Amino acid sequence: MMDKKVLIIGGGPAGIETAYSLALQDVKLVLIEKDADVCGNIKNWDKLFPDFKNASEVREKLIRKLEHPNIEIITNTEITKLYPEGNSWFAKNDAEKIFEADAVLLATGFEVFDAKRKEELGYGIYDNVITSVDFEKMYKSRKILTSEGRVPQRIAFLNCVGSRDEKVGNHYCSRVCCINAVKQAIEFKQLVPDSKAYCFYMDMRMAGQFYEELYRKSQEEYGVTYIRGRISEAAVTMDNRIQIKAEDTLSALPMKMTVDLLVLMVGIEASAGTTLLSEQNNVLGLYGFAKPLGLYSEDNMTAKSGLFLAGTCKRPLTLPETLADARSATTDIIRYLKTTK
Amino acid sequence: MKHWGFKISKPRVLDFDTANLDAYNRLIEKVPSAHRCLMCGACTATCTANLHTEFNFRNCHLMFRRGQFDGLAEELDKCMLCGKCKLVCPRGVNTRAIIYNLRIVLSDLNYKKIES
Repeated sequence: MMDKKVLIIGGGPAGIETAYSLALQDVKLVLIEKDADVCGNIKNWDKLFPDFKNASEVREKLIRKLEHPNIEIITNTEITKLYPEGNSWFAKNDAEKIFEADAVLLATGFEVFDAKRKEELGYGIYDNVITSVDFEKMYKSRKILTSEGRVPQRIAFLNCVGSRDEKVGNHYCSRVCCINAVKQAIEFKQLVPDSKAYCFYMDMRMAGQFYEELYRKSQEEYGVTYIRGRISEAAVTMDNRIQIKAEDTLSALPMKMTVDLLVLMVGIEASAGTTLLSEQNNVLGLYGFAKPLGLYSEDNMTAKSGLFLAGTCKRPLTLPETLADARSATTDIIRYLKTTK
Repeated sequence: MKHWGFKISKPRVLDFDTANLDAYNRLIEKVPSAHRCLMCGACTATCTANLHTEFNFRNCHLMFRRGQFDGLAEELDKCMLCGKCKLVCPRGVNTRAIIYNLRIVLSDLNYKKIES
C-alpha cells in the first residue's frame, strides 16, 4: 500500500474525511485545495442544523485530522486539467504544475446558487434582501440588522431559491434549505423574541432525523408562521422595507406583506470545478454534477477506473451524509489500489 | 344617475400589513397546540358537519390566523363540537378547543355575540 499514492481534489469536509480515513490505512496522499484555507462551504456556517452544534468545532476537528504524516496539503492551487495515462492519473493547475497519482478522488463540492439570477426577488438590487449565507455571516456576530442598522421586527424566509425551479434549469431539490430556514428562523426569534418570522414554502421537506421535531418546535415554541406559497416578486417601499407578493395557497387568496428583511434560502449547485473536471473525463451527470457509476454500491466510483467521487460534487448532501460518503469512498479506493498493478 | 353596471368590489388580497394578526395570540393563550397546525385538512375530511354543510374547520382556523373574521362566527356555529377532528389530528391539536375559544374571541371582538 505504501508505494501507492492518491490525489484528493478539494479540501472540504468530503476531501478531509477521505484523506484521514486513507491515511489511517497507510495510504500516502496529496490533498489539493483551491482556496487559502481548507473546510470548504462550512467556513461560512456558524451553527449547524438540526442540533445547533458550533460549526467551528466541526471545522477544528476536521483540521486536526489533516495533521497525519501521510497527508500532504497543498492550498491555493486550482486543478484545471485532469486526465489518465496508462495506470496513472495526472492533474494540472494553470501554472502547469503536474501532480501524479494512482487514484484520484473528486471532492470538489458545491457552490450556492447565485440569487441575482432570480431578479424578481431583488437580491443585489434592494439592500434588505439577503441570502441564507449572508444571514449566517451576520449571525456570527449575533447581529441580524437591516441595511439601515435597525433590528427587523418582521422577517421572511423564502425557500427553493434556485432549487425546484426549471426557470433556472434546476429541477432538483437542494434538500438542506428547508431545515436551514427552520434553524435560521429559530435563531432569529431567539435574538428578537417579539418579532414576527414568516417562512414561505412550496413543500416543507423535513426528511432527516430530528428535522420534523425542529420544525414543530419552531411553530410551538417560537411561533414561526409557515405560509405555503412562493413569493413571486419583491419590491422596495419608501422606507426601504421589502414588499412581497405571494399566494396563500391554503386559503387560495393572494397576499401581500411588508417585511424588514427578506432572506432567500439559496440552493446547492455543482461547483465550477466539479463540472469542469467531470466533463474532461466524460463523467458529467445532470445539472453539472459528477456522475457516479451506479446509484447503489457503485456510488463512489465512476465509469473511469481510478477516478472516485465523494460528497456534494455528486448531488446535494447534508454534512453528516457527506462525511459518511467520504468514508465509504475510502473503501472503494483501497480496494482499487490493492487490485491494480 | 345612469348606472353603468360597474361596482367597486372588496379587495380579495390578504394584506398582512393591515390585518389583525394579534387576535391569534389570544387563541394561542387558550389553545397553545393551535401553533402546531400543519393545515393538512384531516379535521375537515373527518368532520360530521362537513358531510352536510360547507363547514370547513381548517379554513376557519386559517382565516382566523390571517385576521379575516367576516362570516367566521356564523361558520363556526355549524360545528356540533363532536370532537372527531381531535381524534384524527396528526399533530395533536386540540381542534375542539379551538372552535370553542374562537367563538369566545370572536364574540369579544364583536363579530357575533354568543347566544346563551
